[in-house]
Amino acid sequence: MKILEAVNVHLSFGGVAALRDISFSVPEDSITTVIGPNGAGKTSLFNCISGFYRPQQGSIFFRGQDISRLKPPARAALGLARTFQNIALFRGMTVLDNIKLGAHVHTKTGLLGALAYLGPARREEMALREEVERRIIDFLEIDHIRRQPVASLPYGLQKRVELARALAMRPQLLMLDEPVAGMNREEKEDMARFILDIKEEWGVTVLMVEHDMSMVMDISDHVVVLNFGQVIASGLPQEVQKNPAVIEAYLGDGDIATLRRRLNANTEAA
Amino acid sequence: MRIGDAKQSYAADEALWTSTTQQVWFGLLLLSLLLFPFFASPYLLYLACLVGIAVISATGLNILTGFTGLISLGQAGFMGVGGYTVAWLSLHTSLPFPIALLAAGLLSAAIGMVIGLPSLRIKGLYLAIATLAASVFLHFVFVEWASVTGGMAGLSLRSAQLFGLTFHNDFRMYFMIMPLAVLMLLAARNIFRTRIGRAFIAIRDRDISAEILGIPLLRYKLLSFALSSFYAGVAGGLFAYFYRVVTPESFPLSMSIFYLAAIIVGGMGSILGGVLGAIFMTLVPEGLKLLTTAITPIYPQAPVFMSPLLGVVFGVLIVGFLIFEPNGLAEVWRRIRRFFHLWPFRT
Repeated sequence: MKILEAVNVHLSFGGVAALRDISFSVPEDSITTVIGPNGAGKTSLFNCISGFYRPQQGSIFFRGQDISRLKPPARAALGLARTFQNIALFRGMTVLDNIKLGAHVHTKTGLLGALAYLGPARREEMALREEVERRIIDFLEIDHIRRQPVASLPYGLQKRVELARALAMRPQLLMLDEPVAGMNREEKEDMARFILDIKEEWGVTVLMVEHDMSMVMDISDHVVVLNFGQVIASGLPQEVQKNPAVIEAYLGDGDIATLRRRLNANTEAA
Repeated sequence: MRIGDAKQSYAADEALWTSTTQQVWFGLLLLSLLLFPFFASPYLLYLACLVGIAVISATGLNILTGFTGLISLGQAGFMGVGGYTVAWLSLHTSLPFPIALLAAGLLSAAIGMVIGLPSLRIKGLYLAIATLAASVFLHFVFVEWASVTGGMAGLSLRSAQLFGLTFHNDFRMYFMIMPLAVLMLLAARNIFRTRIGRAFIAIRDRDISAEILGIPLLRYKLLSFALSSFYAGVAGGLFAYFYRVVTPESFPLSMSIFYLAAIIVGGMGSILGGVLGAIFMTLVPEGLKLLTTAITPIYPQAPVFMSPLLGVVFGVLIVGFLIFEPNGLAEVWRRIRRFFHLWPFRT
């Protein structure tokens, strides 16, 4: 069963094609990872799925529904949540408010209710607070920082708060853009544990972009490899690891004669 | 020193005043606001009314500029809409003042939403210019639509009415303005305890990721404009009742800048900041005038150079705030509070 499917997605900026004819799918209840060298188009692909970019061609299906024409808020309401590569928390707000903000599409208080803050508005806020505390803050072990402004937190914790905010969106598909980039080993292990728990305990499908190969190979069920805006391989981690096209994309083709030729070409150019 | 601050319920943790000390202080503040007019001189009463009106309008602008990050130079125009609505209703109907003020707020909110439409596409200085154009346009309407606005001569109002009670002096006006100011401040504070307020702040901090998180930008930007100009409209209506005359010159462009300065000095994105800024901006020029009067006996030449100097001193104070306390008076207040939280120990 596929939760997300991209069919022939094509995205270009002016003359530069960022994504060329991308087709792939994310199996339900899996951790699917998109890997690829820098500039391969991983983040562009994420931006197409969350609705920040509109691909020129192709369609994206979420649970069989074509979401290519939906605006980002409508996609969020369907259960697509994401985090960003370079942390997009709201710096002026506390950790708690950032997380609560994630639940925006699931709350209903209108303007008059908010002004009066009586009855339904108050009850909704309290229910939200309780949900956020029980399910998310406890789970991610961030109860000690809930009142702090996010700008004052160290990088690793900010990443964790961003994950918390995405979880507050009650996602069905959670998209993580480089969840462990720039973290130390201990933080990486914590994050890997959270991601596995999210899949197993919450039943949320995870789609992530990640560069850390040991983590990718350890926790992914399914790997998609991009290079120059094209899918060059996809499958189980072990299969992808052995795929010659992938090895070439990451390391070159390994042929000593080619390497020598490239080196000479570089020296001459210099 | 504050200790034993633990809470047993989320409701207690999210209350506006989380400790008994705070509740007591707030109660005392309300009591002193209630008793103030019985002891104050007419001059102080007059100033208090002006402060009340300024607080409402500054809070409105703070919602838009401080919390949602949309710079507006249209505040005076929106106040004008409110003022003229109240004046017109007072001349042509005998509606009680709460209804007239509500109408003023709603009409102003509607116009604010129209003027806010460009905000989806433009931000920052460009939006400031667009709202500036809108306020010039509103001023033009006030001058030219003479059959409704009375043209350059403006309109004179009858006193505000409620159940046969007329609000014909500052003493009674105080009891109209101050409760309304307190109520509208509480309402503004409440908004930022809910999803709507959080959406505003999210738009200010990062509008693109706010949209990915499910916040429709246009709807919330317009909501912020509507709310802000509602506050401005009510403030303008009170202004009209207070002076009992409105002319196009009652709401000059400099008034918009006055309110922008108020929230910068007070602290953008803080309800308390809007209040402190409005008090500061209203009282400091008066204080400087009093100073002039005080030193005139000693130095008879004082009025001659003090009157132009007032503007300079005022300007220097504002620039000083921008440089030394960019988070405004609200930050100064927070520092004082922090000091007393641990007092007599030092942090």
